[in-house]
Amino acid sequence: MKAFDPVLAPYIVALPLIGALGLLLLGRRLRAVAGLVASATVGVGFVLGVIVLVQMLGVTEKGGHGREAVVRVWEWISAGSFSVNVDLLVDPLSMVMVLVVTGVGTLIHVYSIGYMHDDPRYSRFFGYMNLFVASMLLLVLADNLLLLYVGWEGVGLCSYLLIGFWFERRAAAGAAKKAFIVNRVGDFSFLIGIFVLSVTVSSLTVSSINEAAGGMTAGIATTAALLLFGGATGKSAQIPLYVWLPDAMEGPTPVSALIHAATMVTAGVYMVARFSPVFEASGGLALGVVAWIGALTALWAALMAAAEYDIKRVLAYSTISQLGYMFLALGVRAYSIAIFHLVTHAFFKALMFLGAGSIMHSLDGEVDMRNMSGLRKVMPITAFTFMTGWLAISGIIPFSGFFSKDAILASAWHQGRYALWAIGAGTALLTAFYMSRLYFRIFEGDLKVPEGVHVHESPPSMVGALIPLGVLSVVGGVINLPGLLTLDHFLEPVVGESEVPSGFTPWILGAIALLAGIAGIAFARTLYLLPGGATRRAALCERFKTPVDAARNKFWVDEIYGRGIVLPGKAFASFCANVIDARLVDGAVNGGGRVVAGAGWLFRRAQSGYVRSYALTFLFGVVVIFSLLVFRVAL
Amino acid sequence: MPEGYFGQYATIGIFALAGMTLVGATLQLAKLVRPNVPTVQKYTTYESGIDPIGRGWAQSNVRYYIFALLFVIFDVEAVFLFPWAIIFESLGTQAFIEMIIFIGILALALLYAIKKGVLEWLS
Amino acid sequence: MPFVPPEIRLAGIAPEMALVVSAFVVLIAGTFARSRVNRVYLPALATIGFGASIYFAVSVWGENELQLSDMIALDGFATFCKISLAVFGLLTVWLGSDYLTRDGIEEPEFYGLVLLAVAGMMLMASAADLIVIFLALETFSIALYVLVGYRRRSIEGQESAMKYFLLGAFSSSFFLLGIALAYGAVGSTNLYGNSENPGLAQFLSESASEATGVLVLATGFLVVGLGFKIAAVPFHMWTPDAYQGAPSPITGFMAAGSKLAGFAALLRLFDASLFALRWEWRPLLIGIAVATMIAGSVLAVVQEDIKRMLAYSSIAHAGFVLTGVIATNDRGISGSLFYLATYGIAVLGGFAVVSILGGKDEHRVRLVDYKGAFYEHPALAGALTLFLLSLAGVPVTSGFVGKLVVFGAAIEAGYSWVVVIGMLTSAIAAFFYLRVLVVMYMQEPDESRPPIPVGRAASTVVALTAVATIILGLFWSPLIGAAEDATFFFVGG
Repeated sequence: MKAFDPVLAPYIVALPLIGALGLLLLGRRLRAVAGLVASATVGVGFVLGVIVLVQMLGVTEKGGHGREAVVRVWEWISAGSFSVNVDLLVDPLSMVMVLVVTGVGTLIHVYSIGYMHDDPRYSRFFGYMNLFVASMLLLVLADNLLLLYVGWEGVGLCSYLLIGFWFERRAAAGAAKKAFIVNRVGDFSFLIGIFVLSVTVSSLTVSSINEAAGGMTAGIATTAALLLFGGATGKSAQIPLYVWLPDAMEGPTPVSALIHAATMVTAGVYMVARFSPVFEASGGLALGVVAWIGALTALWAALMAAAEYDIKRVLAYSTISQLGYMFLALGVRAYSIAIFHLVTHAFFKALMFLGAGSIMHSLDGEVDMRNMSGLRKVMPITAFTFMTGWLAISGIIPFSGFFSKDAILASAWHQGRYALWAIGAGTALLTAFYMSRLYFRIFEGDLKVPEGVHVHESPPSMVGALIPLGVLSVVGGVINLPGLLTLDHFLEPVVGESEVPSGFTPWILGAIALLAGIAGIAFARTLYLLPGGATRRAALCERFKTPVDAARNKFWVDEIYGRGIVLPGKAFASFCANVIDARLVDGAVNGGGRVVAGAGWLFRRAQSGYVRSYALTFLFGVVVIFSLLVFRVAL
Repeated sequence: MPEGYFGQYATIGIFALAGMTLVGATLQLAKLVRPNVPTVQKYTTYESGIDPIGRGWAQSNVRYYIFALLFVIFDVEAVFLFPWAIIFESLGTQAFIEMIIFIGILALALLYAIKKGVLEWLS
Repeated sequence: MPFVPPEIRLAGIAPEMALVVSAFVVLIAGTFARSRVNRVYLPALATIGFGASIYFAVSVWGENELQLSDMIALDGFATFCKISLAVFGLLTVWLGSDYLTRDGIEEPEFYGLVLLAVAGMMLMASAADLIVIFLALETFSIALYVLVGYRRRSIEGQESAMKYFLLGAFSSSFFLLGIALAYGAVGSTNLYGNSENPGLAQFLSESASEATGVLVLATGFLVVGLGFKIAAVPFHMWTPDAYQGAPSPITGFMAAGSKLAGFAALLRLFDASLFALRWEWRPLLIGIAVATMIAGSVLAVVQEDIKRMLAYSSIAHAGFVLTGVIATNDRGISGSLFYLATYGIAVLGGFAVVSILGGKDEHRVRLVDYKGAFYEHPALAGALTLFLLSLAGVPVTSGFVGKLVVFGAAIEAGYSWVVVIGMLTSAIAAFFYLRVLVVMYMQEPDESRPPIPVGRAASTVVALTAVATIILGLFWSPLIGAAEDATFFFVGG
């Protein structure tokens, strides 16, 4: 049988990279076609990804083995036993990620053509977007930790550039900085994790680390796993490093959709799944931390989402919450379920972000849901597609979110983690509530828009991207339907099988999850849709004044970080800058510099320009050499 | 006679030393016996019997230099041509062709020089 | 007694002959034609000459023998050097053609001399006899003396040519003395020799005698002569003055070609022929390497003229390559060759940019003239950035790989402390390269300056060298593989 050899894989990364280079270098000249070029590179990447997937599915060895391959792009450094190669690891896990990134990425690129149409930095925007896609693909395909780190930092950089894309706005520049700095904290942890792993295994490749994971001591494995997870909390916005994501909504909306909902934030989830053997080897401690952090983040973010009025921020908190679900799944060893939820979430969250962008486009950038209602009548396509996203995330059967979320809860239950299951189920109710609140306030009721705004449906390139995502949100669940195509089975050679309960239990669990969703929607309906909702809301807010206030102020986490970390940090930094750096380090460096420059001036006097002095120096050298040699020979 | 590798150099050294001593000794000896009557003429620079005129820094026309250089072409040619001509018969055609190439290269150089106009004396 | 003519096989010097012939053609044809016509077809003739030369060099790749009474070595080492030198010469000619047109000094002699100089440098790489080395040394030196003073109307040009000539003659005398001593000790000037006529290597393979001492003294003088050519401390004093006064294309050519030729002779002489004597000469070369690296880097820091700065940087680079020479292992030799080839390309590219940006009569070569150069000539400044980064040894450029290999070889040979000094001086060196970048990118351009014409041939050279620098930084295996094949010296027998 022919071995699996995905020669096309490098081109999937190379295409958007070339696109990015071209657009960034020749930006202005390519303005007219920038959007098309950028969309095309990602789109072709998606097609290539599908071809590789078909090749992969053609390999039908027992247990799905033989479906992974390492493609060597080139050998960069090879010095003795130490080598750094650009290797791509093509296996079911990386292919799922590739298809999500390129597939959702293509739609968002197409959408951006309309959305960014009048921006003066149009082609630069697409250059950054392409660079982001290339980095993300590098991240998911890298077989080498160094390369993975390059991708990891690359997406961080693009995220920074794109959040601050409208850097004239103070808030955008500040948000970009915040995202970058908070991410650095996580990256630092991730980098140390990489060091620990590479020192332990004395190799930098993903495959050899995972092979060696079984032989690690629990202590090493736990340390490494927790450090890696530290990196994941930064990229994937988990407690305690989630604070950057809501602010990141200052960037253009397609960016929020691509980076801060569908792809980049899932890098942490992907990474934990990729290194699942390391987490397994930790003996449960690291996995427990992952599960609890995930569950608590899910609940915490859902509470804040319920109190927020800014559409994009509601979606941002909901993203954090859903990422929490994914980590919960990872923590209960349901790796393939986590990836499943990652995929469905990418569909419906990208959809809702793009929907929000469509609303903003139509309402001149208005994002406060209190200033609008009844938009369904004027923006039917946006409303309808948004509705599918809403029902999907609320976990209503048969929308895609139901299947993935139900599977996570069932896995938690099956592992005997009833507390985690309870938090997850409670959050599901809360999720349904705040998403329904969002939907009802914007689209239902009487038409209300801010003064002087001409409401209209968005241009074809924008709604054109919404429709496929809407369809996927509805039917996305089928990729893991038992008996049909199962993602679970596909991923099994990489991350192992996810155990799900059998018999009568799953039906009951599914019914409970569904009921939670319906209850949440019903509750929102009484408060926002039915007559007299406003008074009921006021009464409720009065009754639970303290918790509602707390949620509205985001539990003062930003303030606590500001007082507790940023201020002392700034004080320490200024101490470092003014005392340690200026006096000690600069002193040493400048001193060294002065010594070098001084020596330079001194020697330079010898360079007098007179041939005779040159010849004399020359002769001096000859005499020294001659004397030394005579001395040596005479001895 | 000293032996060995450095010994042979030592012989040369001794020879040189003896030579210098002999010259020095003769000069000193002459100084002792000769009468000492200095005149102005005796202190002038010896110029083959011609009166030294002007200053030490005399300029000669730079063109002489180029003529001297061109002369080297014919000089080198002659150095190789004479021995070659003497045993011309025993060398055969190969050597003849080589000499033609050699003269051809020199002729090219001369052609170049003529074309550059260095043989025209413009005063 | 019948005369038996020696067997003559010319494959070993065919590349040189091709160049000499085309030099004659260029000189004669150039004197017969008008200067308008020369502008076009003389560079073309020179290009054909270099092409033929490269063809002849490539066609003997893999052969390994001594030719012409054991005076010429035909081996991979020589071939590698010859191909590199021909490429350097070719780039110089293209660059020079635009330069001469701009400054209005088009004369056929420029091309003829470059061709002859490259021929001499090539001979240097394949010389298997001290006399041939000397012959080659003088051939390319004399051509370079003239080329350095090519800008006859410039006082600086004349001054630098005079200095270079005087000191060059001075160093040649020491080299000659070294040859004489070696001949006195061994009774032959051949590097390898054979059973009937033993050479240096043969002599050293026999038991030591008193004469070995004389040979050791001879090596000292040979180091002086070659040290001058590669601009090693303390024989470097001419470098900044000559580099500054020479036309920029020639400066680049000297930095690339003269250095490669000097190192080629040095490597063959020391790492092959005098290998058995390494315990005697190695301390000497280590001392020179350390002094060269330190002096070159430190002195470059205080330069205000970009050509002088690059001159000192070329001194420092001589020190870096010397670390590969003292390693005396295969990796050291192949690393030195790789280093010299890539350095030559980067430095030629750098001087190409300097030559273009210098404007007519090179009046803009001070560091302050580069203020905001990026905003006036983004492509040229970008290319210069690349070359400087390569010279500084930043990864993803060819310079990084070169340093990696020579330093690696020195560590393998047990000279880690030399490498530590090399790294420290590289760090100092990075400072002055970065200084140029700061000036180019972070300062405002001077609005009053007139625009500078950019020739097509010169920009081709910049583009080619830039692409080569980046490609060799990424895909360096083929070139280093070739250099590894080239480490096989012909050792007599």
